[in-house]
Formats: sequence, C-alpha cells, structure tokens
Amino acid sequence: MPSLGASVGRGAATSTQEDLQFSDCILIMGSNMAEAHPVGFRFPMKAREKGAKLIHVDPRFSRTSACATTYVPIRAGSDIVYLGGLINQVLTQERWFREYVLAYTNATTLITDQYVDAEDDASGLFSGFDPATGAYDPATSNWEYAGAQGSASATAESKQGVEQQDDQPPRDPTLQHPSCVLNILRRHYARYTPAMVAEQCGCTEAQLLDVAEQLMSNSGRERTSAIVYALGWTQHTTGVQMIRAAAILQLLLGNMGRPGGGIMAMRGHASIQGSSDIPTLYNLLPGYLPQPDTRRDHGTLHTYIAQEQVKEGVWGSFPAFIISMLKAWYGDAATPQNDWGFDWLPRLTADHSELQTFLDMAAGNVKGYFLIGQNPAAGGPNAGLSREALRKLDWLVVRDFFPIESATFWKEGPGNPDPAAIGTEVFFMPAANSIEKAGSFTNTERVLQWHEKAVNPPGDVRSDLWFIWNLGRKLKALYAESTAEPDQGLHHMTWDYAHDGHAILPDGTPDTVADEPDPDKVLREINGYTVADGQQLQAYTQLQDDGSTASGCWIYCGVYPEPERNRARDRNGEIEKHVHLNWGWSWPDNRRLLYNRASADPEGNPWSERKRYVWWDAEQQMWTGLDTPDFEKAKPPTYRPEPNAQGMAAISGDSPFILKPDGKGWLFAPSGIKDGPLPTHYEPVESPVRNTLYRQQTNPAARAPVQPMNAFAPAEDPDFPIVGTTFRVTEHYLSGPMSRFDSWLNELQPAMFVELSPELAGERGVTHGDWIVVSSRRGSIEARAMVTPRIRPLHIQDRVVHQVGVPIHFGWAGEVAGSAANDLTSIVMDPNVSMHEGKVFTCQVRKGRLSEPSDTPSVPVVRRPQAAPMPETSPQAQPEGIKA
Amino acid sequence: MSSSMPANSLEHAPEFTVQHRQSAPDLAPGLLGGMLRAEPPPVEEPMGFFTDSSICIGCKACEVACKQWNALPSDGMFWSGKSYDNTLHLSGTTWRHVTFTEQALPDGGVKWLFNSDVCKHCTAAPCQEACPTGALIYNEFGNVYVQQDVCNGCGYCVSACPFGVIGRSDIGDGRAHKCTLCYDRQKDGLEPACAKSCPTDSIRFGPVSELKELARARVEELHAKGETNAYLYGADDSGDYQSLNAFFLLTEEPEAYNLPPAPTRPVAQMLRRYAWSAAVGLGLTAVGALALARGGD
Repeated sequence: MPSLGASVGRGAATSTQEDLQFSDCILIMGSNMAEAHPVGFRFPMKAREKGAKLIHVDPRFSRTSACATTYVPIRAGSDIVYLGGLINQVLTQERWFREYVLAYTNATTLITDQYVDAEDDASGLFSGFDPATGAYDPATSNWEYAGAQGSASATAESKQGVEQQDDQPPRDPTLQHPSCVLNILRRHYARYTPAMVAEQCGCTEAQLLDVAEQLMSNSGRERTSAIVYALGWTQHTTGVQMIRAAAILQLLLGNMGRPGGGIMAMRGHASIQGSSDIPTLYNLLPGYLPQPDTRRDHGTLHTYIAQEQVKEGVWGSFPAFIISMLKAWYGDAATPQNDWGFDWLPRLTADHSELQTFLDMAAGNVKGYFLIGQNPAAGGPNAGLSREALRKLDWLVVRDFFPIESATFWKEGPGNPDPAAIGTEVFFMPAANSIEKAGSFTNTERVLQWHEKAVNPPGDVRSDLWFIWNLGRKLKALYAESTAEPDQGLHHMTWDYAHDGHAILPDGTPDTVADEPDPDKVLREINGYTVADGQQLQAYTQLQDDGSTASGCWIYCGVYPEPERNRARDRNGEIEKHVHLNWGWSWPDNRRLLYNRASADPEGNPWSERKRYVWWDAEQQMWTGLDTPDFEKAKPPTYRPEPNAQGMAAISGDSPFILKPDGKGWLFAPSGIKDGPLPTHYEPVESPVRNTLYRQQTNPAARAPVQPMNAFAPAEDPDFPIVGTTFRVTEHYLSGPMSRFDSWLNELQPAMFVELSPELAGERGVTHGDWIVVSSRRGSIEARAMVTPRIRPLHIQDRVVHQVGVPIHFGWAGEVAGSAANDLTSIVMDPNVSMHEGKVFTCQVRKGRLSEPSDTPSVPVVRRPQAAPMPETSPQAQPEGIKA
Repeated sequence: MSSSMPANSLEHAPEFTVQHRQSAPDLAPGLLGGMLRAEPPPVEEPMGFFTDSSICIGCKACEVACKQWNALPSDGMFWSGKSYDNTLHLSGTTWRHVTFTEQALPDGGVKWLFNSDVCKHCTAAPCQEACPTGALIYNEFGNVYVQQDVCNGCGYCVSACPFGVIGRSDIGDGRAHKCTLCYDRQKDGLEPACAKSCPTDSIRFGPVSELKELARARVEELHAKGETNAYLYGADDSGDYQSLNAFFLLTEEPEAYNLPPAPTRPVAQMLRRYAWSAAVGLGLTAVGALALARGGD
C-alpha cells in the first residue's frame, strides 16, 4: 500500500469501519462493500439511515449500488479520470478546506524548477523517464522539493511571498508561486473537466457534478466525508495512483485524520493487513522495513540505515526498529561486532514478486514452491500460465483445507493434463482452520484480535504455525553442524516457541496435537522485550538502537505490554462509545484513527463541536480526546523545531502526518511512488479506447511481459472490443477453495455466470440463461449468460462500449465447478507493487460452449453436515451467553 | 426453563409428573412415557420477527445461519437465472429465503430489491387449523411450531398455507418442516440464528408488541425522509387474515417480494362454504323430493 504511505505516511487504512457511521457522505469506489464485506457494510448503512449520502461509483450495479443513494456507472479502468474530475471541481470551484490545506498539506511547498509535469506537453510523461529501462530514474526525475539536496533550484527565495526557514523547503503561503504544489495540482488537473470525464468514463457530466457537490457540501469544519476502496482499485496497472488520487481529494477536502473521514481500505482476505505488517511480501521486513537488496547500497547495516533512514519524524528511529528486530531474530548471537546479524538477512537480487516468480517458474527457473492458502491454478492472474508454471516445478507443497485446483492441476483441469508428462511432485498437507488453532487476526482496520483454539483438528490436519515451526526445527537440526557462513542465520535464529506444559482448550480438554507451538510466545516476541531482564515493552518509543531491546515488529509493540496481558484478547465493546479502545488492540499504540491530530485545528481546538475527536487540553498541557492521540502527547500546537532537528523533534506542533519528514500530507509525492508524483490517467494495458488525455496510452512504467501464453490485445482491437471486469459475490470466497466445498454456500451460487447487458446480448443473439463463451488473448471460458439491466452499455468517445462482469469464484475442484475467470486475465505488473490488472481486460463474447464441459464437479455434493449426531451446544457455551 | 418457571406453576402439576421426571429410567420405556402429558410451559409474551427490507443488503447470511443452526440440507445445485436467487422459495429445508427483484427503470437505471422471507407465524395460522393430528401447535412464545414426533406427513398444512412457507422434506422423514423461530435458542434465551447473523439488523427479533412499535416508528421515519412508499406488511389484520407475528417493511407492492397481496384463511371461508353446501344440499333434496312427488302422481 505505498500510495497511502506516500500520501499520508502509513500503508494502511486511515480509519475504521465503525467510524464510517459518523460520516456525512461516503464514496465507495473500487469496492463492492455490501457483497465483499457485508458485515462491515452495516456501518455505511447506519450512516445512510442517519441521513448520510452513500455514493457508489462502479462499472457494475451491484448489491452495494442497490443500497446506495447515488449510483454512477463508469468504464472499468477510467477511475483516475473520474477522481481527477472531482479534484478539478474542488479546485476550480475553490471548495477546498483552506485552513486545513495550508496548515496540514504540502500545498504551499515549492517543487524544483526542473520538474516537468505530465501535463506540460500533454505527453503523459513526467521528467526523469528513461525509455531504455522503462522506468523513472530518481536521480534525474526532479520531483523533489525546491532546495532539497541535489536540487538545482535556488531561485525561489528571490520571489515575493516565499518563505524559507533554515533547513525547511521553501514555501509560498500566498500560493502565488507557479511552482508551489497547489498550482502544479491546478495545472495537472485542468483538463479533467466534466466533459472529459463524460467522454472517458461514460457517465454524464451531471453524474460527476452531482457527486462532487455531495462531497464538497459534506466536507469542512462541520461535516466529513469518507472514501472506501478495495481490490477494484488495487488490481490495475494504475491502482496505486487511483488511491493516491483519493488521498489528494481527502486532503483537499480536509477529511484526513478526522472522524467520519479518511480512506477506508477494505482488504481482500482475513488478516491480509497482518500479512502486510508481518509481511509475506518479498521486499519488506516486519514493520515496513525494506528487505536488504544487493542492487542498493545495503552492504552493511551502516550503509543500509544511511540509505533507508528518514531523519525527520517517526522514521528517525529507524536504527532502533531494525536493530531491535535483529535482536528478536538472532538473540544473543546478534552483537555490535557482527552488525547484529545483518549479514544473515537474505538479500534481494531481482524482482522476486509473486507474478515475476510465476514467469520465472514457467521458464523452468524455479524448483520448488510452497502454497499456503493460495490457489494460483484458478485464482492467479492468467491461471492457464500459472498452471503451466506449476507443472514445471520439481516439487510443490500445498497447505489447504481441500484438494483445490492448485493441488490437482497435474491430473485435472482445462486441457485434461496427462499426469505421466508432468514431473511435479505435489505434497498436499491438510491445514487447520481458524477454530482449530489459536492466534491473532489483524483486520482491515489494523486491529489485532486473538482467537482461541476451540477444537482439536481432525487426523493429520495441522495449523500453519505448527508446520512452519516444525519445518524450522527440522532445518535447524539439519544444519546444526554446518560452519558455512550462509547457514549461520538459520543456526542462530531464535525458535523457542514450544509450549510450557500442555495447552488446554476452552472446554477444559487437553490440546492433543503433538508439538503444537505456543502462539502466545510468538506474539510476545513480536511485541518486544528488554534483553537484559526480559520485561515486555509497552510502546515502540521504548525501542533502542543499542541492542538493549528486542522487538519482532516495531509497529506491534504494545500489543503484549505485560507478562500476562495480551491486548488482542481485550473484549470490552463499550458499544456506547464512539471509539472502542478496549476491543482488541490496533497498531500503532492502539490509535484507531490515524493522523487524528488533524481532527483539531492548527491551534489544537476541535474544528467544530460536531466533529470533535482529539484536541489539545491547555490546562493539562496534553493531547486528549476520544482516541489515543496519534501525536506526541505533550507536544504543544505551538512547538516549532530547532534548525536541523531530527526524529520527532523535527515535527512541529501543527504537523499531523508524523511519518512524513515535513509532517505534512503529500498532495504532491516527491518520493515513494515510482510512476509519477501526481495521479495521471493511463488506459489499462488492454483497452478498447484511446487515451485522449495524453499521447501516452498506458502507464509507461508498468511491465507487460509478452510471451505466447501471456499475449495482449492492442488498443482498439476489433477482435476484442468488450471491456471485461472481474468481481466477487457474497456467497463465495476468492477462487472458491473455502466455499466450493460447502453445499450451504454452493446452493446459493451453484454455477459460473457472466453478467452482460440486454443490448450486448441482443447484438450477439444471446438469451438470458444461454451458455456463452468469453475469450481474451489468453484463453476462453464458458458460463451461463446473466442478461441484466444492472450492466449498461457506456458511451465513450462517441461510440458504445460494452462491459461484461466475470465472477472470480470458479474452477474445476469442489461440489460445484465452472470456468475460472482468471483464464482470461493476464500477468502485467504495476511499477510500485507488481500488481496485476485483473479488474480490466478486453474480450469477446459469443453464444455456445467450449468443447470440454467445465461444470463437472470433482467431489460429490454433501447436502448436510456429516458429523452426526450434531453435538448439543450448551447455553453456557454460546458465545453470546444466555439471557439473565 | 424449569429453573425460571414460577414456583406456583407446579402447584397444579400432577404429582406423578414430577415423579416421572425423577424416576424415568426405572420405567419401562414407551409404556407410560407416551401416555403422560407434562404441564405445558407457561405462556410467554408472543415473540416474532420484524424484517425491514429497506436495510436488507441481500447477503443471505440469514439463509446460511438458519441452515447451519438447524442442520438443514442444501436444496441442490440449481442455477435459476432469477437474479441472484437460486433457492427460489421457502421449503421444508429452506426456512429463510432472500428474494431478489431487479426492476428496470424508465430512465435506464435499475432497482434491486432484497427481502428475507420467512414463516409468518400467523396469529391465526391456516396450517395449524388444517393439521389433523395436532402436530402443529402454538408454543409458549406464540410461535407456530411443528411437533415432529406427532406429524404424520399428510401435507394438509402445505396446501393450507397461503404464503407457501411449509413443506415436506424430500430427504429423510417426509414430514412437514418449517421455521421454528429457533425454539431451542429461545428456550436458552438466545435470539434466532437468522437475526443473530444479520449484519444490518434488517431482521429484528423480540416481543411482537415492541417490534410493532419499532416498525411503525421506522415507517414514519422513512416517510419523513421522503420515502413515502414504505409500509408494513402483516403488522395489522387485513380482510379475514389476522396480523402476522413475523411481519415486514416493504417499499414496493407485495408481489415484488413474492408475497400475496391478500392472503386468505381457508377456515374463514368454511362457515360460508358449509352454508352453501347445506343450502345446495337442501335445494337438491327439495328438487329431488319434488321430482319424486311428481313422478309418484
């Protein structure tokens, strides 16, 4: 989530789902919240019932649209035009929140004179683009603040009205200077007019102006608006920039850090926020510390810190974060003499992202692979290529509940593979589900919630923690005698998670799984402790860079503050309160709304009585309010840093965005984003229309690796004139590994279908319920035709563009079977996070079926639970208790 | 339940009932057990559902929670093509059912209506009136309840229900089944599974009198917001049909939600029909007698 990180500091949702009920206007875009997050959707519904506007902008009219007060259809992939249109309206109507923007954003900051905007010659390219590498070169991009190191601009000071204090970048509070961020923003979005939006998105001008008015009239001192997004934004080659555009909009409207405001990122899986924080990502260490990289100056801990530390703000403590992590990982073996074991950390040598790895795998360059809760054979982009890649492995470990597509690709699936011709050895290991193991979830709003193990898993079923811990023990034993330097990391790795004694389940019976580690110990290490006497730490501010503290993930420091106090277990709902600080624990430091210093004005008073949240108590000389302040508690609003101050001392008392070196929200992102400092509309890699805003058709920094199994349709290809977009329904989960083996869910959505408009169906001679074939340059799928007025043809650039909606839930494994949507999608990689573009591709539709039927189930239907007789649950064991 | 039963309710209970409970294992099974009738539990305040379709998001959590709690089988894998509704109607194995209605609007827009249908727990229930075995009763919560051990599977209730709620299961016992309003959960002081799982509180459970107050306030609130088409379905008597203990807030005609606009009770027609039958019988007798009399001449 680099977009939110670059804009406001942390790569996480800025608010909570509960807080949405205090919004006056909610814009849901790139999210089908009612269907994908129905439980959390209760809060937008509560807001709506209290009179809030609920706006849904989406290619498809979904259950979310049905609940919205305003629905706007747009073409999949045109989101930045629409958001740019909203930004344009806020700026041209002068409806931005002036005091907020001047004080809390970098609107007044000057950018170097050498900076060239994508708009300057309508090329669509910013300064610094190197066509040879297909990337922007930070050394020549000139996206920096004027006066920054390496910047050639020193002319700013001579201009009238420009202020520069000491080491601060020059600012123009009068907003006259042409190089100040707000003026660059005005120029950049000048052509994102209502007419342009209508032409590119396919909505009407009124449908932009109406939404803009709703947002603008529900933002300001007295009112706040929130934006909700999900995978509908992230799964694009411009996804990071879509989210950036939303951040710009929220900063201009003054909604960041305020109740009922912010940006709610709805994550796609349970605990996927947790797997960003303690990452399964290839390029990050826990707590968003960069993985050492041979391509950067990361040879020693010293050079690594010198390259990655930001001296001002929270990141000023970067050395304490990384050294405490190394102490947690390597224990006593981490010493000042060996750089705390820094050399033992694995190094990146190239792009090892998931999609690149599958391309490498398809080329025969990957030997073995672990799939833990992942189903690329049906759920990965370009699933056909993913299956071919898996068939090139020597070995594959699949840990899942059922024999899913990724465990059976060697004998089943499209093309009827010949097992004799496939050399991959597949180890299927049944995985325990959440009630069969203890541990914590980190939900979409950064809240850690502990769950207890309720029952023992059946047979050989084991938790993922059991698997990883025991695998680690076996590996450590194998390498115990090795003196080779590369093995010393494994050798010294702290791995002491064995249960003391025996675990007891909540019903009083013993845990019968042998060698089940103690997840409590894992969380205690993640939290951190003092090395000398093993005392649990209370907050990340206690972390030291001298090896005296250990913490597995600095942002989680505080979740386990005392020996017997796991705050993820806290369950005091305090439902009457606005914020529920004693339900679970959220990082950082149990702060629920991030950047909540911005809920008070620069002097520290609430912007309004109606929207009071966190404020400066002059009597007590401290920040107080409904939430934990996301600010130094005793730093007065009047505090100004000394010249060359570092760390938190460099953040002034009126700068809420404490992870940014200047403490400001970044309307313009001078760093942190690889494809431009301002969101710019590029067409998807596959599009039936031309980019009429710029000469550059697609994101210049995105990668679309062409190979026979990953071919692309060119722009305006007459063979593939239809826009395809993928979606979810409530009844199934992802590619179906957890849902297509459950007859209660399967009866609700038993077959693969594709949604298309009556107009397109008419053109293709398709009747509702017919079988149709949808084809892209990668493959073809078959599905039942769901002809519905919920999908409508759009008028784009004087012609009609049709869209079809393709649910992602099917494959050949399970009680119900159907074609996989991902046989249509491609492997492309956005420049920031190597994300694919499953949300938009071009395709063709015809009536008919494939030669092989796709709807043959792999397992028989189990119509009712087989555990007979059903166990009687005593009232005392009911989670909700019994009536008094 | 017995622990919360008022002490005086046992005063009139026959002595042997208590004895029976204490010494049941000693008795020959089936000998006395089937003949003795325990005192019915004391009548509680009528409990019911208020289903507010205006805040239903169509997630079907109620359908799944109902099937899970009541261990009901799936109805089979049938893609209906009727919007997102593939279970289509209430049945002996589907006790909550979410309807999906797509309406194309003249301006090119579209409306998508959701509503979670359920047994209405009629205050004068045709199914109960039709039951020849006494299997269908009103339980202490005022809910219409099928005693599975008494039902003989005749199916009279199925044709009597004007809402198509009750059905016979096609697997297992062939008896009639329908929503029990989670009788077992109510006995434990818990709300029914569907209401518990509803993320937007579209399904409210509680004393019917309170629910009706809540529902009327909700209609007023919606009217004040300009949504003047909101109305309650089944909260009041209508024609010969008495009010429902599970009633609905709707915003379109009942037919849009697969609900009958004017449900009828077969029993309410019975007196009239008997009278007609009697009159016709008498008439025919008279005609016959007349004919015979003439023929005798």
